Amino acid sequence: MLKLENVSKTYKVGTFGGKELHAVNGVSFTVQDGEVAALIGESGSGKSTIGKMILRLISITSGTISLNGVDIAPLRGTALKEYYRKVQGIFQDPFSSYNPIFKADRIFQIVHDEFYPQVDAGEWQQKVEKTLRDVGLNPEHVLNKYPHQLSGGQLQRFLIARALLLDIEFLVADEIISMLDASTRIDVLNLLAELKKRGLSILFITHDLSLANYISERAVILYHGCVMEMGITEKIFAAPLHPYTQMLMASVPRLDQKWEAATTSVEQETQPLTELRGCVYYGRCPIAVKSCASEQPPLVEVSPDHLVACPYARRPD
Amino acid sequence: MALQVENLTLYYQTLRGDVHALENATFTIADGEIMGLAGESGCGKTTLGHGLILLVPPMKYVTGQVTLDGEPLPIWDTDKMDAFRFSRISIIPQYAMNAMNPIRKIGKMIEELLTAKKVDYQAVLPELKRRLELVKLPPEVLKMYPIELSGGMKQRMVMVISSLLDPSLLIADEITSALDVASQKAVAEMLVEFRDQGCCKSAMVITHDISILYQIADSILIMYAGQLAEKATTTTIIHAPRHPYTQLLISSLPEIGVKYTDRRLSGIPGKPPLLLDPPTGCRFKARCPVAFEKCNEVPPLIEVEPGHFIACWKETERHA
Repeated sequence: MLKLENVSKTYKVGTFGGKELHAVNGVSFTVQDGEVAALIGESGSGKSTIGKMILRLISITSGTISLNGVDIAPLRGTALKEYYRKVQGIFQDPFSSYNPIFKADRIFQIVHDEFYPQVDAGEWQQKVEKTLRDVGLNPEHVLNKYPHQLSGGQLQRFLIARALLLDIEFLVADEIISMLDASTRIDVLNLLAELKKRGLSILFITHDLSLANYISERAVILYHGCVMEMGITEKIFAAPLHPYTQMLMASVPRLDQKWEAATTSVEQETQPLTELRGCVYYGRCPIAVKSCASEQPPLVEVSPDHLVACPYARRPD
Repeated sequence: MALQVENLTLYYQTLRGDVHALENATFTIADGEIMGLAGESGCGKTTLGHGLILLVPPMKYVTGQVTLDGEPLPIWDTDKMDAFRFSRISIIPQYAMNAMNPIRKIGKMIEELLTAKKVDYQAVLPELKRRLELVKLPPEVLKMYPIELSGGMKQRMVMVISSLLDPSLLIADEITSALDVASQKAVAEMLVEFRDQGCCKSAMVITHDISILYQIADSILIMYAGQLAEKATTTTIIHAPRHPYTQLLISSLPEIGVKYTDRRLSGIPGKPPLLLDPPTGCRFKARCPVAFEKCNEVPPLIEVEPGHFIACWKETERHA
């Protein structure tokens, strides 16, 4: 179980670092074992920042992230290595995840040398081939190749196989299928869903709501580093309450109905948010009232396991 | 007809031989039509888009005619195309985020661009400001550097620049791919608005995202591995596709109401062929569930119903 409590990430910006940019602001949520949680947001919403903090790639400004009750921030040396045995990430661009001058299967060799030096080479080779078959690849076709000789889908499956070799408990999947083609992306998505059966928890970071709905049990909607709405995916998708979620849902291109004529609000401001006052969605919100500009709305539970950060949220009639 | 393309074949020259990126493309775009061009990466959709406006090595013209507003378009001659580029045929490039000169203020850059085409900046300025309003950008952006704008704003800015001289054909190459859903919708709707207001006579929208095309395109052309598979009205392609590739492609798209636990979608097994040495006949045959011997010959593109073109031997047989 991975738990985020009041996690924030602040960057110093401005000429002398005098201003603060709140990339993530007081985010709390839990991902249970064997659960897929979708982290949904536009670019700049802080969704990747959260993924990177979980992976310890960047520091946490305040708040705590804990895995099975152990705070991850003070982990050093062997303890950190043990953490990476359990938690791994896969990122958007499979091509830049590899060193192009080495063969792609070098990543498996590194896992062997670093984490399982006691396993002998032949046994390891068999384990690699078995795992590759598990992720739907034919080892004969994909081993001993350079990254440019493999397709994006194959490379992405390689990375999933690498994570599986480590016997991980938690996977951070940051936009992993947005660069894949329509005919192959769904297979990678199905593969992720099957990994759940092994008890793996997944944080699925995406901006695509239909993909999030397809795979996740729990969804967290982020905007400018703040949680707007979170809870059970079905509840949020069936009846989005926050005006931001509603706007997002209305913007998704669907194959069963056309967009409604209502215009989408686009960002107007040319400066990033450096001041924290009031609701972050105030500038674009159609139902905002004056107090929204000065008071930050708390996240309130409106029904079991469905939280919304807007006191005026209601179902559209 | 705004655009007429006949038997257009474009290859890429490489040291290992020609890459058959586009083979015998024949289609038309009517005045006022927004045609979507969809397919997987490497299917030749960008090759087709770029070939129409900037055909430079390693891309190589092989055969075919292109007519724009009844006038032959000399796409094989880069110099002669200068007269058409930007003014008659224009493109919103895939890299729109980085398309603007980073060391010029946007207004200055547009001025230089227009001067190169011998158009007076001051005369165009009122219309430019009106169009900025259309895409919800303040006129102050002309005094800013590109770095001061967000990705979505840059995308909209480039849209305005590309269509400034009212081209007959506007090619939009993956304009929504790098954007968030909300900006995606806004940009797509603005493109329709541009067409409606006559800022461009017709448009060709290249994308891999078919659900976007369903929202804005009048017709959709599906390509596979350099060959045209099917062209029809948007409704037909989405709700009644006939080519096996289109059918599989449409059924693999996750829709917002679908959950893994309720209905498991499946992809298309296999992968597209390499175009350096493409298979003979229909290039989809290796992945096609209904392929038969006849598929070793190239299927002709036939019109099964008015405006509905399919290149598949199964359909040819049915209509024989």
